[in-house]
Amino acid sequence: MKPLRQAIPSRDREGAVLLMLLVLSATSAFAAAQDGQCLSCHEEKTNPFHASVHNAAGCTGCHTDIKGFPHPDHVAKVECGSCHSAANTALASSVHAHASQQPCISCHGDSHAIVPVKDPASTVYPSNLPRTCGTCHGDRKFAQQHHLPDVYSEYMDSIHGFALTKDGLLVAATCSSCHGSHDILAPSNPMSRVNRVNVPATCGACHQGIEKDYLAGVHGEAMKSGNTAAPVCTSCHTAHQIGDIRQASFQMKTNATCGDCHKERYGTYRDTFHAHVSSLGYVESAHCWDCHRAHDILPAFNPKSTIAPANLIQTCGKCHTGANASFVSYGPHADAHNGKQYPALHATAIFMNLLLASVLGVFALHTLLWFIRSRAERHGAQEGKS
Amino acid sequence: MNTETRYYTRFTPVQRFMHAVLMITFLGLAATGLPLRFSSASWSVAFANAVGGFSAIIFFHKFCAVVLTIDFAAHAADIAYRTAVKKQWWLLWGPNSMVPRLKDIQDFIAQAKWLVFLGPKPKFDRYTYWEKLDYWGVFWGMAIIGISGYAMWFAPAFAKLIPGSWLNVALLIHGEEALLAVGWIFVIHFFNEHLRPHNFPMDITVFTGSQTEKEFKDRHPVEYARVEASGELAQMQTQAPASWATPVSRLVGGTAVVIGIVLIVLTAEAFLRY
Repeated sequence: MKPLRQAIPSRDREGAVLLMLLVLSATSAFAAAQDGQCLSCHEEKTNPFHASVHNAAGCTGCHTDIKGFPHPDHVAKVECGSCHSAANTALASSVHAHASQQPCISCHGDSHAIVPVKDPASTVYPSNLPRTCGTCHGDRKFAQQHHLPDVYSEYMDSIHGFALTKDGLLVAATCSSCHGSHDILAPSNPMSRVNRVNVPATCGACHQGIEKDYLAGVHGEAMKSGNTAAPVCTSCHTAHQIGDIRQASFQMKTNATCGDCHKERYGTYRDTFHAHVSSLGYVESAHCWDCHRAHDILPAFNPKSTIAPANLIQTCGKCHTGANASFVSYGPHADAHNGKQYPALHATAIFMNLLLASVLGVFALHTLLWFIRSRAERHGAQEGKS
Repeated sequence: MNTETRYYTRFTPVQRFMHAVLMITFLGLAATGLPLRFSSASWSVAFANAVGGFSAIIFFHKFCAVVLTIDFAAHAADIAYRTAVKKQWWLLWGPNSMVPRLKDIQDFIAQAKWLVFLGPKPKFDRYTYWEKLDYWGVFWGMAIIGISGYAMWFAPAFAKLIPGSWLNVALLIHGEEALLAVGWIFVIHFFNEHLRPHNFPMDITVFTGSQTEKEFKDRHPVEYARVEASGELAQMQTQAPASWATPVSRLVGGTAVVIGIVLIVLTAEAFLRY
């Protein structure tokens, strides 16, 4: 004979659960009697269920079609939505609507052992959530089948992943911080949190200062004016592989990132000393954002811009102590092919090319002929001797 | 019959020392400058990673530059002192001067004819036209590369004198002139002095300072005839190089040639690809 369990748990529960308990308390004696009946067969469910958030609801709180013993062989599918209607509605229009027969337990785990979201043991507790989502989204085969990127490992190696797993920062962005939880929509859906247009606001929920800077800059302005091709946070930082901007490995990639769109400016930058030095791994060398800034990028004609003529001495002076008005006439994008804008550089390039070609050309020929002539002379000398 | 080889002085110990400093620093400057010139080449990045990054490269580049500048300045000061104070005017004009004269042009034309089998081999004096080109090429190159290099090193100070936009020109000149220097030394100079059939594999006169009587007569017949006629030949005679001097000179010179050839191959590879 099993002891009857306590219908009312001793520890506090969530407000919503408490409300539910009040409703159920009237029939608690009945429920407890019922549970005792269930557990005489379903003993293995006892322990996790007693510790779960649904303990007070009792077995028949979810298995509503069971009225007594014996029950039919086939019992009805549990409808979580009969209590969790908001989550159910959100899920119904989300990408996971048809994910499985019982989508709730895909994320919330064992249906008899569900604990509150704020319990560190919960499968959807921040530090556990990436692994939970990763059961599907970290599976390469699954990702390929559904044409999804294999995001789990990318996230885990990102600054958000490290913050969560290495530093234990619960405020670090996890999957649901950007994608939502029950209401996840495809990125192509304009209502999605991760739709291009909504990305700045989504990231801005945590990175408020950066969002403000971004919206003030040329990229944000373009986005606000309806140019949906304008770069958003993820265009430069990626969505899941976001690096630590303080790391050299991140900074060294940034020039190429800007260069993906700004091909011409990247090309002319690469001809200059800043780029040469940067290629050899000197991270202190000027990157695009050292001069143009990263988020509040403004065009040169804007007096607030770091590259506005009046601000150049200060901008260049960040690295070049003693920079003056003459110094800042240096062309960080000087193009020797552009004779109109850089006449002295263009003329010098032509002169140097001619000088090299003529000197090396004449003497390469001189050398070649000398080699042939010397061989002939030796050959002749040997013949003369014999 | 005297079978012993006679040796004659061609370069003084100071000249040999100056050349050694020039050779070592030039190799150092080329080895550290070329990765900067061709910074996108995979070998540049590999080299930078191997030696400790850009900071190490630029330190070594500047170090060699300063040593070479001192070498250059010492030579210029020596010439100035010997002409202005000691009145050794032959340094500036005549057969023993490095200053070009009409005979160099005549020699060049005669050599060009000889090269295409249209004339006899010209008879050279103490300095041939290609040796003078080596000398003045280094002179011009060092002035141009040096000034543009120091301009970039001390860019903000330089910009107080000249527009900052000239720094763009300075980098271009520095890099292109360096390519000319590298091409000249590692192809033309190495062939002329070491790799052509008469001198192969290594002419060590600039290391030991002396040449044999046969070398003297073959290479500088006009000078030989002149010093023989004036009776100065005996004064030029010197002892044979020490037994260790020849192998050591060959090793040092050979190493420099090999380094140079490696660098010119890498340069050609990068030049064609990027």
